[in-house]
Amino acid sequence: MAEVCLKGLEKRIGHTTILHPLDLTVRDGEFFVLVGPSGCGKSTLLHLLAGLDRPTSGRILFDGADVTELEPRERDAALVFQTYALYPHMTVRDNLSFPLRVASGAQRVDRKGKDIENEVQRVAGFLGLKSLLDRRPRELSGGQRQRVALGRALIRKPRLFLLDEPLSNLDAQLRSSMRTELRQLHEELKITTIYVTHDQTEAMTLGDRLATLDQGRIHQVGRPHDVYAAPANVFVAGFLGYPPMNLLQARVGSEGIAAGPFQFTVPSDLPESVRQQGVTVGVRPEDVMVGISADRHEDGAVSGVVRLVEPAGPTCWVTCDLLDRLARVTVVGASASGYSPKIGDAVTVSVRRPAVHLFDSSTGQRFGSV
Amino acid sequence: MIRPTEERREAGSYSDFRATGLRWVLLAVVMLFCIGPLFWQAVTSVKPDADLVRLPPILPAEITATHYERVLLGSPLVQALANSVVVAAGATVVSIVVGSFCAFALARLPIAGKSIILGLILVTSMFPPIAVISPLYLVMRELGLRDTLMALSLTHAVYALPLAVWLLTSFIRQLPSELYYAARVDGCTPLRALLTVILPLARPGLAVAALLVFIFSWNEFMFALTLTASDATRTAPVAVALFPGLYEIPWGDLAAASLVVTLPVAGLALVFHRHIVAGLTAGSVKG
Repeated sequence: MAEVCLKGLEKRIGHTTILHPLDLTVRDGEFFVLVGPSGCGKSTLLHLLAGLDRPTSGRILFDGADVTELEPRERDAALVFQTYALYPHMTVRDNLSFPLRVASGAQRVDRKGKDIENEVQRVAGFLGLKSLLDRRPRELSGGQRQRVALGRALIRKPRLFLLDEPLSNLDAQLRSSMRTELRQLHEELKITTIYVTHDQTEAMTLGDRLATLDQGRIHQVGRPHDVYAAPANVFVAGFLGYPPMNLLQARVGSEGIAAGPFQFTVPSDLPESVRQQGVTVGVRPEDVMVGISADRHEDGAVSGVVRLVEPAGPTCWVTCDLLDRLARVTVVGASASGYSPKIGDAVTVSVRRPAVHLFDSSTGQRFGSV
Repeated sequence: MIRPTEERREAGSYSDFRATGLRWVLLAVVMLFCIGPLFWQAVTSVKPDADLVRLPPILPAEITATHYERVLLGSPLVQALANSVVVAAGATVVSIVVGSFCAFALARLPIAGKSIILGLILVTSMFPPIAVISPLYLVMRELGLRDTLMALSLTHAVYALPLAVWLLTSFIRQLPSELYYAARVDGCTPLRALLTVILPLARPGLAVAALLVFIFSWNEFMFALTLTASDATRTAPVAVALFPGLYEIPWGDLAAASLVVTLPVAGLALVFHRHIVAGLTAGSVKG
C-alpha cells in the first residue's frame, strides 16, 4: 500500500509529447481512475508507473521515496493488461505462482518462506479459479482469463495495483459484474489502485476519485460526482456522462445569454473578456425535459421537433431540432414521464435550472452556472 | 489452403487440356534437371564397376553393394561424418544461443538504431566466403586452432549467425510485447524474462533456425576445405571431394559417398519443410 505522487512527470518521444508535465497525488489505499479517449497518454502513464518506461523529466514517488529510476521488479507494483498477457505455455497454477517464484528464486516457497501452493489456493479461492488450476490460458473463457490476470497481480500483495483497461475485452454483462467484483476486491484489500479506462461509465462508478486525461494533459481531478456536477472545461463536460452534455454556442446580449432559442440571465460576475468572446452553454440531457406540445408551456420552454429516439428504461433520450430563427440547434433531452416520443412529434423543450453550465468559448474553461 | 485450380475444374476443355499438358511438360523438365543428377548418382552407386563406364545399359542388370561397403568400411568417410555432426551441432548451438540473445535485444530492448544494426548484420552475411578465407586462416593459425573441429564450428556459427538473428528477431517480434512487459512487472530481469517467457514461446522459431544452421554447416565446403588438413578433422563434403583415387576416378564409390552425405540433410529438410517455410515467412503475415 502506498501513496503515489507524480511531480512534473513528462514523456516525449522524439518531438512528440505524449504526456505534458503533470502533477498528481494518489492517496494511500485509494481507487483512482484515469479516464480519457484512446491515445490520450493513459497507458504511457501506467507504463511509467510500472517502470516499463522512463519519463523524459519529472519524478515518481511511492510513499515519498523516489522510484523514477527503479526497475519494475524493485517497485512492487502489479499491472493487469487489457490483453491479460497470461503466459500461454504455463498452467493457471504456474501463471498465478509466477511472481512468487520469480521473487524467491525457488519453486515451492516465496520470498518470506511461505508455501507457494497455499498462496495459489488462497487467491484461486477468492477468484473462483480452484477448478481451473491445471488448465492452460487458451482453454479458459475471457472472464476466466481476466480473473487469472487479476490473481497473478494480487498474489504478491503489491504496494500498487495498476489496471490497464482490464474489462474492455469482456462482454457487457460480464463487464458490469466484474466491475462490482473489482470494487469489492478493493474494499477488502485496500491496495492503492490506479485504473485506466476510456469508458466513462467505469470511471463514474468505480473510482474514489478520477482524473480526466486528454492529449497528454490532466484536465480535472476529483470525486466522480463533483467532476460530473462541475466539469472544469468543455472536454470534461462532453466526455463524462451519457448521453454527452449538450454544448451550445451562445451570444451574450443586453437581455441575456441566447443559446439558440433559449434565453438565460447573465450572471453578475461574468468577466468582460468572456462577454466579448462568447459563451458555450452546457446542459446535461437529464436536465432537458422534452414534453408533448399540447402540455402547458412552462416558463422559458421552446418548441422543437423529434429527430431521434433512444429508449433507455423508464425514459427515452430524445434528440430534437429546436425551432430557431438563426441556426438549427439540436439538443438531447429526457422524455417527460408518461410521454413516449415518436420521430416527427412537435414537442416543447425546457431546461431545468440551475443545472446550466457556462464555459468560456475561447478557452473552454468553466466559469459558472445559471 | 488453396488447392490448385485444375483439381477443382471439371474434365477439361481443349484449351484446359493444352494448358495442363504444357504445365506437366515444364514440370517434367524442371524435375529432370533437379532430380536427374541425383538419380544418376543413385544408379551409379549400385552399378558394378564393369558397367560404370559403359552406356547402355542405363539401369544396371545387377545391383551391387560393394561401393557402399568400401565407402562405409574402408574409407575416412565415417570419421568425416562424425566430424560433420560435431561441427554442425557446435555451430548450431553457438549460433542459436548467441543469436537468440541478439534477437531478443533487437526485438524488445530499447536500443537506438535497431534497423541500422539489423542492416549491418545482413551485410556481413553477403561477403563471399572466398573474400575472408585467407585472413580467417591466419587468425585461426595464430589462435592455434588450425586443423581443429572448433575452428570450423566457430566459423560456421559466425557465418550462420545473421540468418539466425534475422529469423529469431522476426519471430520474437511476433510475440505480444505485453508478455514481456508482464514478465518484467512480475519481477523478472530482462534476462530472466527471455529465459522463462520468451524463449519457451519462441521454440518453433528456434527449431527452424537451428535446422537451417545445421544444414548450412553440414553442406559448407570452402571453409571446411581450407581450415582442415587431416582425416581427423575433415568434414563429409571435403572427404567426398578428396576421395582417394590413385590411377582412376572411383565413380561408384564417389556416388555412394555423396549419397550417404546428402541423405541425412535431405531427410531433415523433407520432414521439416513445412516448418521451415513457415519460419522463413514469420512476421510477414500476422498470425
